[in-house]
Amino acid sequence: MNNPRLLILISLLLVVVMGASKANSGEIRVAVASNFNEAIRALATGFEDKTGHRVVVIFGSTGKHYAQIKHGAPYDIFLAADKVRPKLLDEEGVAIPSSRFTYAIGQLVLWSPNNKSVVGGLAAIKQKSYRYLALANPKLAPYGEAAREVLQANGLWEELQGKMVKGENVGQAYQFVQSGNAELGFVAYSQVKIKIEAKKGFGWLVPQSLYTPIEQQAVLLSDNPVAHQFISFIRSQESKMLIESFGYRTL
Amino acid sequence: MMLSDSDITALFLTFKLAAITTCILLIVGTPAAWWLATTRCRFKFIIEGLIALPLVLPPTVLGFYLLITLGPNGPFGKLSEWLGGASLAFTFTGLVIGSVFYSMPFVIQPLQNAFVAVGRRPMEVAATLRASPFDRFCTVALPLAKHGFLTAAVLGFAHTIGEFGVVLMIGGNIPGETQVLSIAIYDHVEALEYTQAHWLSGGLLLLSFLMLMAVYAFNGRLNWGRS
Repeated sequence: MNNPRLLILISLLLVVVMGASKANSGEIRVAVASNFNEAIRALATGFEDKTGHRVVVIFGSTGKHYAQIKHGAPYDIFLAADKVRPKLLDEEGVAIPSSRFTYAIGQLVLWSPNNKSVVGGLAAIKQKSYRYLALANPKLAPYGEAAREVLQANGLWEELQGKMVKGENVGQAYQFVQSGNAELGFVAYSQVKIKIEAKKGFGWLVPQSLYTPIEQQAVLLSDNPVAHQFISFIRSQESKMLIESFGYRTL
Repeated sequence: MMLSDSDITALFLTFKLAAITTCILLIVGTPAAWWLATTRCRFKFIIEGLIALPLVLPPTVLGFYLLITLGPNGPFGKLSEWLGGASLAFTFTGLVIGSVFYSMPFVIQPLQNAFVAVGRRPMEVAATLRASPFDRFCTVALPLAKHGFLTAAVLGFAHTIGEFGVVLMIGGNIPGETQVLSIAIYDHVEALEYTQAHWLSGGLLLLSFLMLMAVYAFNGRLNWGRS
């Protein structure tokens, strides 16, 4: 063994073999919509503690995830922000057949870190005593779509055009309000639940009757047994309670 | 043609932003580059480092800090409020400020290199002929550094057209105000409108390539002439 090159080669081979065996010990990759960030961390930790497998989470926008998965991104599970993209993957035969289900229902909230008037809901919006109202882009994000439904149903959509700023996703809409650049905004309840409960901001939970439920669906993308296990874990009663504690509803 | 009205608006807005940014940077960047090229100040490297920062910082970092500083709680926001204006985030002015920071090294560095290449000698000769410093600068340094100006202008312009991260952070996607080309493309891809995304992306690719090619062709000719 006095040949350094051989040594390097052998160590490289060892690394590859160890890496492969590590994957067998159960590592799954889950592509997750950004709004589900905190809930998935809690779920993944619970699953890891219970089974010893590893869950690698890849955050991103649902549109981007969809495009990447279609082009062969190596993910085992896709937790989307809407129904549309999982359904497409289902129809295109990319997802494992009949694996699609609703894992959470997002709730829309009108939020402001310092302006108490938002608890008045639509009345606060009608007053127009603000420069900017932030929302997610309705074309791209289900939370934006829901916000548009609420405003349109109340005849406010057209007249507020000059006051609206749109984030690429609900995470950005939240950032606009949190940084004070927009006075109030439609965000996901999951983003501000803790803040509202700690009296660090004000929110008006938009009644579900005013917009189509934001069903967030999941699909399985590989037949990895660990992925199947994780799906069952997400669908368990205790996981549902955990998901609800983060500000979602479940079916 | 597959471009919608909002795409065309975005196209014009992008060029307007790039043109204004380039003009501001040439006006501000010329004295700055001249100072950097000629100064004997020992602390020059600090300024150079600051100017080069946007080369290494992810644009999203720059955008994120801008969002905070332009906001009502940030120094810029407080200043503009004191001047009687609103917050600058979500405005075209805000984008210009962001782009000026973002494209600064692309304008200042070629200018600085060009001024260094002019060297002391021509300036000293002009001085012996009783040309005032400003006169020397205008009649000797500027003409000799003209290819540097061309490179700086085109790089600044092209770099601003390609801007994404900064606008994403401080823009708010307002059509005609902050919705630039790169954002429009991103939206098309996100909304699965791949046809429009292809049209816009392909057009931008071709345009950028033509622009850069024109510069290199022109610069090549200049260098030939200077032998």
